[in-house]
Amino acid sequence: MDFDIDNIRKDFPILQLKIRGKSLVYFDNAATSQKPTAVIERMAKYNRSENSNVHRGVHWLSQLATDAMENARETIREHLNAQSIEEVIFTKGTTESINLVASSFGKAFITAGDEIVISEMEHHANIIPWQILCQEKGASLKVSKINPDGSLNIDHYKSLLNSRTKLVALAHVSNVMGIINPIKELIHLAHQKQIPVLIDGAQAIPHTNVDVQELDCDFYAFSAHKMYGPTGVGILYGKKKFLEAMPPYQTGGEMIDQVSFEKTTFADLPFKFEAGTPMIASIIGFGEAIKYINNIGIATIEAYEHQLLDYGTKKLSEINGLTIIGTHKPKAAVISFILDGIHHYDAGSLLDQMGIAVRTGNHCAQPLMKYMHINGTIRASFAFYNTKQEIDLLAEAIVKAQTMLL
Amino acid sequence: MTIQETKENIIEEFELFDDWMDRYNYIIEMGKECEGIEEKYKTKQYLISGCQSQVWLSAEYKEGKIIFQADSDAIITKGIVQLLMRVVNNRTPQEIINEDFSFLDNIGLKEHLSPTRANGLSSMIRQIKLYALVFKTKEEQKQA
Ligand SMILES: Cc1ncc(COP(=O)(O)O)c(C=O)c1O
Repeated sequence: MDFDIDNIRKDFPILQLKIRGKSLVYFDNAATSQKPTAVIERMAKYNRSENSNVHRGVHWLSQLATDAMENARETIREHLNAQSIEEVIFTKGTTESINLVASSFGKAFITAGDEIVISEMEHHANIIPWQILCQEKGASLKVSKINPDGSLNIDHYKSLLNSRTKLVALAHVSNVMGIINPIKELIHLAHQKQIPVLIDGAQAIPHTNVDVQELDCDFYAFSAHKMYGPTGVGILYGKKKFLEAMPPYQTGGEMIDQVSFEKTTFADLPFKFEAGTPMIASIIGFGEAIKYINNIGIATIEAYEHQLLDYGTKKLSEINGLTIIGTHKPKAAVISFILDGIHHYDAGSLLDQMGIAVRTGNHCAQPLMKYMHINGTIRASFAFYNTKQEIDLLAEAIVKAQTMLL
Repeated sequence: MTIQETKENIIEEFELFDDWMDRYNYIIEMGKECEGIEEKYKTKQYLISGCQSQVWLSAEYKEGKIIFQADSDAIITKGIVQLLMRVVNNRTPQEIINEDFSFLDNIGLKEHLSPTRANGLSSMIRQIKLYALVFKTKEEQKQA
């Protein structure tokens, strides 16, 4: 399929919005991406004419809803190249996926004296669940260092892997800097010591092809809302051998086999981990988002976003007093920067007045900010519906903000 | 100037501009004029939570009036702090307790702030009122 940016932009109704009289320039895609009409309409159609609870009713509508939801699961399985749908668990997002593993894997496999390895560039969602688990179990959290250019210090990472290490949990792509970690190599290094690896893919899978079998990761967590799908749904991919050995995360309806007051036996995978009524409409919308992405082609998306990244990096580097945080390559289409003598919050507020949506602050990565000796950044994160003209507007707006603030 | 006159002045100043960029510029200028706070007060104890930027606020009670000092590491926030200071500084506790700060709505400030900054502003006002209440209570206890 040809990449026609004008047509693509028409697929996203929100991009027509005017903010304070100016066309919206949406550069906060790493926080959440916008939704194409196909997704919005699919969810509306479900609510209008397919709504029913899933996996329960004998009636026609319930079957329709169940089929739609399970079709979405299959679409997602295929997208990830997971071996079976048993390995594709619906959660409410990356955060819940990671918490699920921390809780259930933790119960099954973590004991006092064990170690869990993360890195200094993680999002809080991939720090705190492990911290709490370690506290509960008397295990210890080991933090792999990063280099000044934002890349992972691989020698230090290697030095942390030992016979006590029971799990490695790493970001595929840093949400602050966009730096892509060499996860295939990192997974391989851990596997050489029989250590399973969880990958936080929240910032990667919207922008690049992810094949869980090729990566050989043991868990892969991500959110629909960062990949043009709805909020409230995400995925935990897990290898069957681990998921089978792990106890349920939450308990209740939808996840049981037999229940009596003496004993309950649990349903098979993936339902064992899906207690309660799921976000049916969102799941179906998620499936549609993946179809939409695949229709354009993830490689096409990646190539176009790369052009935006290169252009943006060049444009912003030309601005006096602007420093990009995280320069290591390869990167996803994220540019985090600071401005000499200017608080990120002031800059973000003025950009907002000029119709440009960026994220400012610590981006839920306080340890990384500490390492970089900064209190926050301004982050522009691109999606394939953004344009070079919008980047020009951003660059102009930054210069204008500088003149006002300095 | 009475509290009422100060508020009217501020509303008039804001009406001079017809564009929010210019109003922001004006707030930034006020931020640059703000004297800030003595270094010794830039501690956790005086930090107000709920702001993405840091805001420090201290208060002293002198001859029936409250003397505030406030500061922020972000210049727009500092401008807003300065604007509040113009209204509340050197007032009696009762004047501050009676103030509903609705002039901020009149100038449209709240709706033009990001939600986090609006939160921060509310926290600031809450803290200012709390100081006023504490000084008033102390005064009453002294007199009783
Ligand atoms: C790297 C990373 N991990 C985890 C999360 C949490 O995702 P969610 O809030 O969708 O659960 C985010 C979202 O910002 C992220 O960027």
